[in-house]
Amino acid sequence: MNRIDKVFGQLRQEGKKVLIPYVSCGDPHLKFTEELVLGLAENGADLIELGVPYSDPVADGPTIQKASTRALAEGVTLEKIFSLVERLREKTSIPLIMMTYYNPVYVKGVENFLKRAGEAGIDGLIIPDLPVEESENLKDVAENYGLNLIFLVAPTSTPERIKKIVNMARGFIYCVSVTGITGARKELGGELASFLKVVQAHTSLPLAVGFGISGPDMARKAAGLADGIIVGSALIERIEKNIEHNGFNYGKALEEAITFVGDLKTAITIY
Amino acid sequence: MVKVGYFGEFGGQYVPETLMPALNELEKTYAEYKDDREFNKEFHYYLQQYVGRPTPLYFAEKLTQYLGGAKIYLKREDLNHTGAHKINNCLGQVLLAKRMGKKRIIAETGAGQHGVATATAAALLDFQCEIFMGAEDVRRQALNVFRMELLGAKVVKVETGTKTLKDATNEALRNWVSTVENTHYVIGSVVGPHPYPTMVRDFQSIIGEEVKEQITDLEDRLPDYLVACVGGGSNSMGLFYPFKDFSEVKMHGVEAAGSGVASGKHAAALSAGSKGVLHGALSYLLQDGDGQILPAHSISAGLDYPGVGPEHSFFKESGRAQYHPITDTEAIKAFQLVSRLEGIIPALESAHALAYACQLAPQLDKDKIMVICLSGRGDKDVVEVQELLRGEFSE
Repeated sequence: MNRIDKVFGQLRQEGKKVLIPYVSCGDPHLKFTEELVLGLAENGADLIELGVPYSDPVADGPTIQKASTRALAEGVTLEKIFSLVERLREKTSIPLIMMTYYNPVYVKGVENFLKRAGEAGIDGLIIPDLPVEESENLKDVAENYGLNLIFLVAPTSTPERIKKIVNMARGFIYCVSVTGITGARKELGGELASFLKVVQAHTSLPLAVGFGISGPDMARKAAGLADGIIVGSALIERIEKNIEHNGFNYGKALEEAITFVGDLKTAITIY
Repeated sequence: MVKVGYFGEFGGQYVPETLMPALNELEKTYAEYKDDREFNKEFHYYLQQYVGRPTPLYFAEKLTQYLGGAKIYLKREDLNHTGAHKINNCLGQVLLAKRMGKKRIIAETGAGQHGVATATAAALLDFQCEIFMGAEDVRRQALNVFRMELLGAKVVKVETGTKTLKDATNEALRNWVSTVENTHYVIGSVVGPHPYPTMVRDFQSIIGEEVKEQITDLEDRLPDYLVACVGGGSNSMGLFYPFKDFSEVKMHGVEAAGSGVASGKHAAALSAGSKGVLHGALSYLLQDGDGQILPAHSISAGLDYPGVGPEHSFFKESGRAQYHPITDTEAIKAFQLVSRLEGIIPALESAHALAYACQLAPQLDKDKIMVICLSGRGDKDVVEVQELLRGEFSE
């Protein structure tokens, strides 16, 4: 059984919500990412989304754009990220989801990329610019390598599209909370609850809400409406603020990021 | 069986889910109005009365004599309102946006030609308008920024990445993801996700349709060669497409080679790139081995783009068209030559097509006919060329 399905199943049984932090691989370098992932896994994260930095991240807001730019400037490559995954797998069994834009997958070859990801220990893939229409081939290959292909649904998705998407999806459904790009926001979209109800009506897969969640209050509200939450930009901001002044304060960045995720976990556990 | 929205293996819809319903709606609306009598009547009314079409097909007698080979005709898209072919597509798309009930228009721009054309169509047809432009291009094309503002558009300066057309397109896409319910994105070339490459091609095909009629009147036959510059590739596709089934008509697309293809500083996606996905479509593009997009380099802001329209990739692979790189230096020389010989200052983009024609025409017999798309006028470029001629290009 895929690690992602196992964790969602287990937490659902315990009546708990799933917390998925997003980290940008190599921001500001891979040694930090390694320690961060292990720290988060010990302190409240249930799954981890590993963002592959990309030159043209059109679904991402300024925070993840900047993180990607920093990582690429540091010389991060796909091969280095796969090696990081292998190192992580020696130390943790937390489910790892890789978030990558489609072009790197296409350029490496779908078969090659997914094989390498599966063998390194990745459990699922999110490709934000690959809609269901373009996913047929990739879905079959993903299944061969034991990878869950996770799809996004958006507030603009029509019921027909939602049906198509959930039929193809594995693991969980990534519900985009707003009509927009990634980035911490002050509040959740007003129609989130009704949007999630529509999605729920079409699937028995768990729902995770992402985009815009900036702190414990919003995390609690979003978790109340779904099975899990994804937090990316707000976490990266905790790291970023320790980079931009006088170099990089490694220890403080790690501590603040871990504390933040711990606070989110507490918030979604007691509501 | 080729999938809808594909040209061979190229094209597709590689965009975030948030945009898919809007693309589906656009596809549906376009299919509905494409052959609609009223829609086409309105579109052609504006093309004729507002843009000034048909544009002349001008026999460039002095250039022909100078090169001593094929007979050269210039398709004068520079004489369109706003100074380039871009307005053809903008009017078509904004008229569609009106029918979709959208209130707001956004667009990316490189040289500023597409931005000005979009701002113009938005002013004419009462739309709110925002134009995304790379900070580097804002600097290179300051006058066009002011033009857009005069026309009532807001110009958003894009500071990310290489600060040119690629990044302006990223930012326009991101803005569209957030505003898709009331906004239509007017993509300026035959790039982007389906249905854009097809729709923009159709709106620009007026160029080739007119040439077909004009050359038949003038010469009683079709041309032997078509030459046009290719950034995203809309003026070239507009010229080529109506001739695609006439195999006797040879098609030559001209890409920007910047400092030379070997230097690595160029924008020649078809001549020196590889297959990948950028801005929603699978096509040729400039990238590294990990699929990270590489910055393009060209003196011409309108060609300074690492990708190219998917149908051009298809034409390249099928052999229907050939593509050639032209350097900054060669383009500047053609820019000067045609200004002096014909009294026409071409856009730097079009100067690339002219430069290739200068290489090809002398090798051809005098009874051959060549049509070059003069896609835009060079007024926007004179300041930059002046600076360059004072420096590295001075004779």
